[in-house]
Amino acid sequence: MTEEMFQLIKGATEAFGPSGSEEPIREFIEARVKDYVDEVRTDALGNLICIKRGPADGKKVLLDAHMDEIGLIVTHIDDKGFLRFSNIGGVNPYIALGERVYFANGTTGVVGIEKIDDPKEVKLEKLFIDIGAKDKAEAESRVRVGDMAAFQRHAERMGSRIVSKAMDDRIGCVVVMETLRRTKSPRHTIYAVFAVQEEVGLRGARVAAFGIEPDVGIAVDVTRTGDTPKGITMDVCLGKGAAIKVKDSSLICHPGLRKYLERLAAERNIPYQLEVLEAGGTDSGAIQMTKAGVPAAVISVPCRYIHTPSEVVDENDVEACINLLVAAVESPLDF
Amino acid sequence: MDLRELASLPGVSGHEGKVREALVSRLREMGYEPRTDVLGNVIVRTGGGGPKVMVDAHMDEVGLVVTAIEKNGFVKFQKVGGIDDRVLLSKRVFIGEQRVPGVIGVKAIHMQEPKEREQIIPWHALTIDIGAKSKEEAEKKVKVGDYIVFDTEYEEIGDDLIKSKALDDRVGCAVLLELLKEKWEKIELYCVFAVQEEVGTRGARVAAYQIAPDMGIAVEGTICSDLPGCEEHQWVTKLGGGAALSVIDRGSIPSRRMLEELLRLARENGIPVQFRESGAGGNDAAAIQLARSGCPVASVSVPCRYIHSPVSLASKKDIQSVVKLLILFLKSVEGGFRP
Repeated sequence: MTEEMFQLIKGATEAFGPSGSEEPIREFIEARVKDYVDEVRTDALGNLICIKRGPADGKKVLLDAHMDEIGLIVTHIDDKGFLRFSNIGGVNPYIALGERVYFANGTTGVVGIEKIDDPKEVKLEKLFIDIGAKDKAEAESRVRVGDMAAFQRHAERMGSRIVSKAMDDRIGCVVVMETLRRTKSPRHTIYAVFAVQEEVGLRGARVAAFGIEPDVGIAVDVTRTGDTPKGITMDVCLGKGAAIKVKDSSLICHPGLRKYLERLAAERNIPYQLEVLEAGGTDSGAIQMTKAGVPAAVISVPCRYIHTPSEVVDENDVEACINLLVAAVESPLDF
Repeated sequence: MDLRELASLPGVSGHEGKVREALVSRLREMGYEPRTDVLGNVIVRTGGGGPKVMVDAHMDEVGLVVTAIEKNGFVKFQKVGGIDDRVLLSKRVFIGEQRVPGVIGVKAIHMQEPKEREQIIPWHALTIDIGAKSKEEAEKKVKVGDYIVFDTEYEEIGDDLIKSKALDDRVGCAVLLELLKEKWEKIELYCVFAVQEEVGTRGARVAAYQIAPDMGIAVEGTICSDLPGCEEHQWVTKLGGGAALSVIDRGSIPSRRMLEELLRLARENGIPVQFRESGAGGNDAAAIQLARSGCPVASVSVPCRYIHSPVSLASKKDIQSVVKLLILFLKSVEGGFRP
């Protein structure tokens, strides 16, 4: 992977953007894609919608990646300046404990816990954030109830792998951004949706798809892998290529479109694997239910330790996903 | 129409008819022409010439529904909406249109094994006694599908409190009536009295689809757990602490700009407000924000102690704070505020 590509991933994953507070990541993406598309707009919920026009006889193809990341939201500030919080999306209390977090205004905090006698008592309501304030007034000068925090971790290379917070789904954003940049002659009009609020219920994609009314929808998101010690039973492995989703708990991918993507990958010698994800959903689940229904598929980037501050992907898988998505939008999509 | 009348009417989800009739008649008296949609939502449109603002309160309340009548004349039921099984015991109820009185009974303490006393009796192990001797006798009064409401008298207690069933969300309905006493000209205001919130924000979903609002506000009764034995950070809201502004719940994340505007208006006009300090629960804002291509939403709530039980408490001052804040907010939209 080029240093330029790594820096793009680093910037995208390190940008701030828990669900509902996606402004910083939206600005990051907009600044980097606007030269490669014909039109950019932000909708009522905050989705960034970028249109790259193709020939008039092409289809309307919605490419989706969600911008938001999991995080924490302040619900209470106590007299001593400690913050209580609720989760934004799937935050595991065991994983949050001891983490460093940061707020949009740069405030750093540490996740601590009340005295407990049993590890089973590690629950979100026993955790708090310490921002170093001496009392409530000092805390309130830096944060307010309703402010959101994200995990504070940097992106790093580990051999051919990359670790960072928020690979879910900034790596998907990078795949779609690169697809917009590298697609020189789209056969279709591309509606690239960088969606908000996926982690709290596929909300952004749902309203974006309603407005676009696409002929085809393809989401790019991370998926779990079964390749770690005593991990889940799942065939997807890091480094074995783009994962073409068969199903998850939010959708069964359109069989024709899914097999079309498989054939395309095989023809172009793009490494791919099939994915059946038992638990978990993604934006295509909302896209396929739009109006009278939309054929929808998902290209997944295999990712270890999803919903932790250290999500790991393989650079070759990322390249495979980009190549497959570029091939898709340059192909007839006559599945 | 006052809150006493509104809250005393039966309106379990799917059976909002009595509440709807009362509201429609009141709205007509006020000079409006309310429309009832196919799911039973009451929609009032007023003003015009500006952004479409949907303000929503739900008419339905949590309750029970008759599922079977047993051979001995006892009535089996299911819960409608989220009710803690522990609050059902020994409650007086009314069943159906005829308001047949009944009691949710349990065997006497003398007859319980010590272990039984430590267990929560699940709703499906409870029955309602309507004083019938047989199935035939019971069937003359009660049918499967009849809704069941708690028999709770509306009273004012303490200096400032209201004690009633169904404050969630008849307080919201009462607030909407207050908003409709004002004259609105530079916004297209839709007040929606929604059905079936407690079973999945169903009414608001179809109402918002019809309206396609530019912004939405859910006016709710919300959790208030400021009780002995609850730590302050788990209170969610404080009774008498003012209008409660949501920062997140399971169904929606409010628009930051709308939240800031509500806070500014409260601050500059001396209206008591508090944050709703929890991520739990959800309300009609969840459905409104997802209508068509989406719209920004906010939730402004009246704290209700003992919510989703046969009896809850709310503060008249809090209700007034919600009314004042929402009037100021809508005026601000008339003056050009956009989310």
